[in-house]
Amino acid sequence: MPPDPATAPPPPRPIEGAGRGWFGVTRNGGDRLAAGVAAGLADRLAVDPVFVRAAFVALAAAGGAGVVAYLLLWAVSAEPGHHGEPRQVALVATPRRAVALWMQTIGALLVLRQAGWWFGDAVVWPVTLAALGSAVIWARSDDRERARLARLAGRLPGDWAASVFSAPISPVRLAVGAGLVTAGMAISLIANASLAQAWSVLVAVAVTTAGLALVLGPFLWRLGRQVGDERRARIRSQERAEMAAHLHDSVLHTLALIQRTPDPRLVASLARGQERELRAWLAGRSQADAARLSTAIDVMAGRVERLHAVPVEAVVVGEAPLDEQGRAIVDAAGEAAANAARHAAAKAVSVYVEVEQDQISAFVRDEGKGFDPDAVPADRRGIAESIVGRMRRHGGSAVITSEPGEGTEVAMQVPRRRP
Amino acid sequence: MSERAPESTGTRPRVFLVDDHRLFLSGVVAELGGRFEIAGMASDVDEAVAQIRATSPDVVLLDVHMPGGGGLAVLEAVKAAQMPDPPRFLALSVSDAPEDVIAVVRAGARGYVTKTIEPEALADAIRRVHAGDAVFSPRLAGFVLDAFASDVAAPGDPDLDQLTAREREVLRLIARGYAYKQVARRLNISIKTVETHVSAVLRKLQLSSRYELTRWASDRRLI
Repeated sequence: MPPDPATAPPPPRPIEGAGRGWFGVTRNGGDRLAAGVAAGLADRLAVDPVFVRAAFVALAAAGGAGVVAYLLLWAVSAEPGHHGEPRQVALVATPRRAVALWMQTIGALLVLRQAGWWFGDAVVWPVTLAALGSAVIWARSDDRERARLARLAGRLPGDWAASVFSAPISPVRLAVGAGLVTAGMAISLIANASLAQAWSVLVAVAVTTAGLALVLGPFLWRLGRQVGDERRARIRSQERAEMAAHLHDSVLHTLALIQRTPDPRLVASLARGQERELRAWLAGRSQADAARLSTAIDVMAGRVERLHAVPVEAVVVGEAPLDEQGRAIVDAAGEAAANAARHAAAKAVSVYVEVEQDQISAFVRDEGKGFDPDAVPADRRGIAESIVGRMRRHGGSAVITSEPGEGTEVAMQVPRRRP
Repeated sequence: MSERAPESTGTRPRVFLVDDHRLFLSGVVAELGGRFEIAGMASDVDEAVAQIRATSPDVVLLDVHMPGGGGLAVLEAVKAAQMPDPPRFLALSVSDAPEDVIAVVRAGARGYVTKTIEPEALADAIRRVHAGDAVFSPRLAGFVLDAFASDVAAPGDPDLDQLTAREREVLRLIARGYAYKQVARRLNISIKTVETHVSAVLRKLQLSSRYELTRWASDRRLI
């Protein structure tokens, strides 16, 4: 609870022309409850004003020392506004600074107690605990959390609810603060009653707490649910935006291209390329899957299809990581498919890859015009180097079967490396 | 794939088309109208079920994805109607996701082709389904090999849960892009034998309780 304005007496007439106050404290008129002394001191010390106010309250309980301190500080602090804006505080309020402030406050309380400036343990300690507890609860957290909760609170009925819930409360802080306040109340009750009554007092506190939980429970539950709903809605709208962006970049772009393309072969190739990409996207394939053999084969098929405008049908059975052996067979199969697309004049190229226990095999087949493997001129290094040679270097083999007029099939296999 | 199914009856099969894209329907009619008798068309589940019962076609070309339960709902409703001479189903879809394939094939479709299929191959597939055979695209063959690949013992009938070595060979060749006729020549068996193997695989696909198959289906509450 912030200190009641009545705690601080009405300020006397301000002293004209007061410069920058002692200790560099400038009263903060914008964030004040009474004269702005606590807020100004908080600016100077870089702590949340609530902690400073609570310290004043606790000290006020110690024989009125807090009131005296407040008045003194008011007298020596600078008038706000006369010398430009209140000092900008570069330091960020941290819990550590609040703890330091409160250790000093407790130290001061102990000194006052020793000095006899004291209303009695039964008054000062409960007030101190309650003030600190409420400060913990009411201290602000970061702006984002605050803005979100304030927005939610705006939807709750009643001003009191808005004021209660617009305070950003994390469960831990709430528990710590409530614990301190309750302890203060309990100490006060026990200290002021005889020990025999103490238990019934505790029972009364428990009953009251339960009653409060019943009253506030539905509100808190609804608040939690609304936060969850809002989060889900945000995720949904993000997903929608992502999908829209994807469709824009890919599908709509391709459709626009297709409308401007007179060549039916190019249209078909554009459509197939887009289809392949959309399928991969729908299947949820991402960069993380790029290290898999099946993805690499799909990518290879798509590339050959795009470059040569011939449909490439790829079927992969099993799965393997894309290690050196896997890459070798993907590259060799890619070369074979490109050859088929370039030279065979086939309507389509079939790629079949099977991952077995000990080896990976790949078959690239077309029903094109075929050729006589023995009649290939020696300067055509594509087949010899990229396919047969590559497979051999990786401990595998490649066999090319072709007859003029009968189509061609390249069968490749490499052993798998055991990890 | 251009060879005729040997059991071809001589009369033109009556084909019924189900697809919620009318543009696609008219395209298929233009392609197939000369080779088959078009018994009718429907573009939603209820209309399809009623019309199929009324016209009793030989083959139904069935779109998998439709509002109101899709091709699966049509398959089940027609099965439940217990027609005296039930039609055979060939599923046709833009999707080749394994779960779509498995769902319609397990529900009773005799084959599965994607909408990008060439008209000639589609006509061939319809004839094959009409003759009581199974239609396996390379992709479907690859998927079945994948699903039956692991040697983990599955609960249930071991005969249904394993592919024979020969069936595996046949499926591999289909996955490599060979037509049934070419498969037969390479394995030195008759086309009829190839078709027997493929039909056996289809039966296993429909009846097997293998973990991979049931998981896909149950994930989508199809069983």
